[in-house]
Amino acid sequence: MLGAASWSPLFEPGFFSSEPVHVALVVGAIAAIVSGTVGVFTVIRGQSFAGHALSDIGTAGGSAAFLVGASTIYGFVAFNVVAAAVMELIGLRKPRGRDLATGIVLGASLGLAALFLYEDTISSSTTGATVNVLFGSIFTLPSGITTVMTVLGVASVALIVVLYRPLLLSSVSYDLAAARGVPVRLVGGGYLLALALAVSMSAVTIGAILSTALLIGPAAVALRLATRTGVAILIAAAVGVFACWAGTLIAYDSTVWAGGNGWPVSFCIVAVIFVFYFASGIVSRLRTDRRRVATRDRPKAPTPVEVA
Amino acid sequence: MIVETDPVSSTGGPPLAHGTAVGGPDALLRVEDVSVSLGGRLILDRVSFSVGAGEFCGLIGSNGAGKTTLLRAILGLIAPAAGRIVVAGGARSRRNPQIGYVPQKIALEPDMPLRARDLVGLGLDGHRFGISGPSAKRRLAVDEMLDAVGATPFAEARVGSLSGGEQQRVMIAQALISRPKLLLLDEPLANLDIRSAAEVVELLARIAGEQRIAILLSAHDMNPLLPVMDHVVYLADGRAASGTTDQVVRTDTLSRLYGHSVEVIHVQGRVLVVAGAEHQAHHAGDDDPSPWKA
Repeated sequence: MLGAASWSPLFEPGFFSSEPVHVALVVGAIAAIVSGTVGVFTVIRGQSFAGHALSDIGTAGGSAAFLVGASTIYGFVAFNVVAAAVMELIGLRKPRGRDLATGIVLGASLGLAALFLYEDTISSSTTGATVNVLFGSIFTLPSGITTVMTVLGVASVALIVVLYRPLLLSSVSYDLAAARGVPVRLVGGGYLLALALAVSMSAVTIGAILSTALLIGPAAVALRLATRTGVAILIAAAVGVFACWAGTLIAYDSTVWAGGNGWPVSFCIVAVIFVFYFASGIVSRLRTDRRRVATRDRPKAPTPVEVA
Repeated sequence: MIVETDPVSSTGGPPLAHGTAVGGPDALLRVEDVSVSLGGRLILDRVSFSVGAGEFCGLIGSNGAGKTTLLRAILGLIAPAAGRIVVAGGARSRRNPQIGYVPQKIALEPDMPLRARDLVGLGLDGHRFGISGPSAKRRLAVDEMLDAVGATPFAEARVGSLSGGEQQRVMIAQALISRPKLLLLDEPLANLDIRSAAEVVELLARIAGEQRIAILLSAHDMNPLLPVMDHVVYLADGRAASGTTDQVVRTDTLSRLYGHSVEVIHVQGRVLVVAGAEHQAHHAGDDDPSPWKA
């Protein structure tokens, strides 16, 4: 026991042999890779709103699944995919469509979530369902979850890879993409499907309410550092995976520091993402300062006197 | 030169709206009696004109005159209610590789992770599914295009961080890399300072001449285009007058086009279109063409 503890000061005993930890690490990594890939496009397209909408709707789905005794992932996926289709039909690109989606669809789904969570609490006589759905519980996932996550993860990353160039072109200019013959609505719809899956997987990892954090946070970090879309996706995925793993470790270790009651994993993961965002801001500011110094000596455009 | 007749100035009578089909058989773009309605409103009313290879054509009109609608119809994004649009001899259709397009001001955030060279690359194969593999040929084509528009110095910078003039160069490279015969630009000079606008115009004129590309450029101010424009299409209230600048930008022609008296004033090589004196007296405060929006 003592030997295991001194093996490393970073890893509390049992971290690597614990089955729930293994599941948590795998699930977290898959969710982070998918969220990073999709999230970069979400930020580029200014659709964080859609991601947040889906996380609210997913709350209803997750709590419904809990009620019928199914794994929450199925509820998240079913509700989010249907919601993504509805959002595409309402026309999420238009401001009016957004307003309607906010008022009607989100309101209705959060209302449903309130009902389902209430019923969950009554039927299971615990408050576990609420915490589980809203904030996630990565250490208590069912054993079959890794297979489901892998299948969904591969599907959504493959979808983004297929759509990559037309999606990027239509993110630059919808009209330009349309003029080039890109089926813009189909591409936009395919992207929303990938977003629905990403939010669902993120919800399993850190809870429905927090799922946007894993989607947007690492992507926001990547946008501060990368000048290319592909590189931004790699950075976002790497930051997300690191945050999930580090958060899991901190939460696991915290059971020892905090005397049995560890911190929630979701809190730890989101905290790590926030630290990354903060640090990336410093890095990008240092970089722009250096660039500004470098360009100061560059020959500028002729002065007004020369033009005259 | 393609344009022989101008429906407005030649007849002197009312059939202004009914444009005469102009342009020889070798015109790259022929717009014949095109009408477009959007939401029950007639946006374009029997517009006719044509643009030939190597020709620089300005599409002039104030906001809401139908410039963007006309360009969208040429691109195949809107179906005309009547009339015909022919591009390079074939019927107009979506994804016509003969047409290069520079849309109205693209709003890219400065942190958008897309370099100038990436955007030009998208002009080559952005409509294809999947990811482009590294290809020396593709890289060379992009490098050549960046060089042709003078964008090499900022090729590695994010598009969103570039100035308006630099962004326009990149967008033009993006449009030209697929070797189109017709280049459509929607208000490329809007929001540019005078110097950048002049540089973009000069670049386009050079491209039109060197590569025999037909250029149709929309603008609300024709003055930056005067030195290079071979041909002008003037839009007002959905109706068009076309011909050389001297044929179209005249007091009588534009008065007929607007349906009320306007005056064309030449000041130090520049052109101002202002409301006519007698009209101004009677309808002060009307939505007359203001000198700066003409």
